[in-house]
Amino acid sequence: MDEKTVTVQDTNPMDTETLEVNFGPQHPSTHGVFRMNIVLDGETIVSVKPVMGYLHRNHEQIAENLTYAAVMPYTDRLDYFNSMANNFGYALAVEKLARIEVPERAQYIRVIMAELTRLVNHVSVIGFLLNDLGAFFTPVLYAFREREKILDIFEAISGSRMMCNYFRFGGVKRDVSDADLEQIRKIVQKFPAFLDEFEALLTKNEILCMRCQNVGVLPPDLAVNASITGPVLRASGVNYDIRKVDRYSIYERFSFRIPLGDKGDVYDRYYVRILEMRESVKILEQALKGIRPGEFIHPKSTSFLKLPRNFKPPVGEAYGRVESPKGELGYYLVSDGTPQPWRYHVRSPSLINLTVLEDLCVGHKVADAIIILGSIDIILGELDR
Amino acid sequence: MAFAKNISAIDQGIKNELAQKGIVIATLNDLYNWGRRSSLWPMQFGLACCAIEMIATACARYDIARFGAELFRPSPRQADFMIISGTVTKKMAPLLVRLYNQMPEPKYVLTMGACAISGGPFIDGYNVLRGIDRYIPVDVHLPGCPPRPEALLYGLIQLQKKIDSQEIEKCEWYQKGLKRVYPVPEYGPHGLIPKYNPEVWRPRQEELRKQRYGQPILTGKKTKAPHLDVVTTAPSS
Ligand code: SF4
Repeated sequence: MDEKTVTVQDTNPMDTETLEVNFGPQHPSTHGVFRMNIVLDGETIVSVKPVMGYLHRNHEQIAENLTYAAVMPYTDRLDYFNSMANNFGYALAVEKLARIEVPERAQYIRVIMAELTRLVNHVSVIGFLLNDLGAFFTPVLYAFREREKILDIFEAISGSRMMCNYFRFGGVKRDVSDADLEQIRKIVQKFPAFLDEFEALLTKNEILCMRCQNVGVLPPDLAVNASITGPVLRASGVNYDIRKVDRYSIYERFSFRIPLGDKGDVYDRYYVRILEMRESVKILEQALKGIRPGEFIHPKSTSFLKLPRNFKPPVGEAYGRVESPKGELGYYLVSDGTPQPWRYHVRSPSLINLTVLEDLCVGHKVADAIIILGSIDIILGELDR
Repeated sequence: MAFAKNISAIDQGIKNELAQKGIVIATLNDLYNWGRRSSLWPMQFGLACCAIEMIATACARYDIARFGAELFRPSPRQADFMIISGTVTKKMAPLLVRLYNQMPEPKYVLTMGACAISGGPFIDGYNVLRGIDRYIPVDVHLPGCPPRPEALLYGLIQLQKKIDSQEIEKCEWYQKGLKRVYPVPEYGPHGLIPKYNPEVWRPRQEELRKQRYGQPILTGKKTKAPHLDVVTTAPSS
């Protein structure tokens, strides 16, 4: 009996030691070169400290030394999954600054491209999330099969698969031919069938439910206080979508719903993305019906696109924002009347959404940290800039 | 790229004749290189935008598995070659050199994209390394921003050709005293120390960039902030 009491004293909970684990920057599940310092107690996470800056490419500093038009290709490289959405935000900001009008057809083309990018982004993100869950590479193969089809269209209209550089101030670079529109129509028609297939594999899968439900719950008040935006916010049940709130471009013409989650866990973030894709398909269908022949770029803006050094917006500031697939992507510009912006700042959703990482992870097991990170959906190019 | 042909000591005519009877003759070099080049294991390591094209190459449409290089290894200890896919920042460069040092011989490096070659579009950035070849030797450079998946496959074929041209008696990694471990640069107050490794890279004498593209872009000339309150702000929406 004496011995037993001794052993009980030995396993005093005060005796455990915490373990510090360095995770990344070279790790297959960090979505690039992201690094976390995780402190573990057994397998439970005690604290998470992100270390950033491994992909700091001086986007803002370089842009302040370029002309306004020359910044456009750099915005492609911010969030390299959805270059079109990045172009969109920057074009909106400059148009606000210089008060440029955009013709009707260009607006439609912009919306079509932005929604196609949303499909590309969400489908790949879900693929990578499942990669992190352990379904190694199979969902990614399905996702990239669809992605390639959409990239083909991007290539046909802009000349590049990923870095499209397609938007211009006051319109878009090239017109979209009828054959391309027909191709887009075909993809949009078939996309719901693909989503059904994807969902049949995943949504009610027991392993997925067990791993994702009640993991990384983000309460709505914390989400609002930390200024989280995008699908992560909506999965927590807050109805905030810049397409509805700001009604930029011509989004008020389309009828679509905002899918909301009710718990805010990883599963909700996954499912909100699936539902958002279904809504995007609706917007695309309406846009493809509504598009009419016309000008694809405002005739006034073609002149300064040939001579970008002559494009001098009036002194002032402007903030253009779009609902990028990751959240609110904003561009803040201050002009001093010269061909180069005085100040250029990007409000990147990846960086701001990542601020809640520690709150989501603490108390969960170490394997959950990876899927929580995957469900927040960060892109390092945009995070570090 | 110019390669030495893999010179086979056996006459091609005899080889063909025997092949018709079902006898295959190969030199040890052929066999050795055939084995090495047909199962290259890349290191799974994405740096920036180009990594997405690398993943696309591994997926169904382009299918890098046809070239035997589909097994992406997360650990440098198991990898044969490293695809440096994206911008190498000064914060990342020491880690890359260390990863390279950890790879077992024989090891190869393939840079993918303008950024990894020379800094690419971000060459003017204060935090961007102007090419990873300043610190480690590179076998294949793949230009493009980003290179298409076909280009990555082409680069892989070029690497296979290079492997084919190596000979077992002459290759470096069986020589005595080979140490292909390169010094890891350190973070200094103004970038990395040393600036480059003179063993693998030397700065060019002529300024190619100025010759080809003229004066570099203006930097840091502005000193006075605009008076925003003087002007009416842009109308909302
Ligand atoms: S070369 Fe282009 S696509 Fe590749 S990492 Fe650099 S900026 Fe990105």
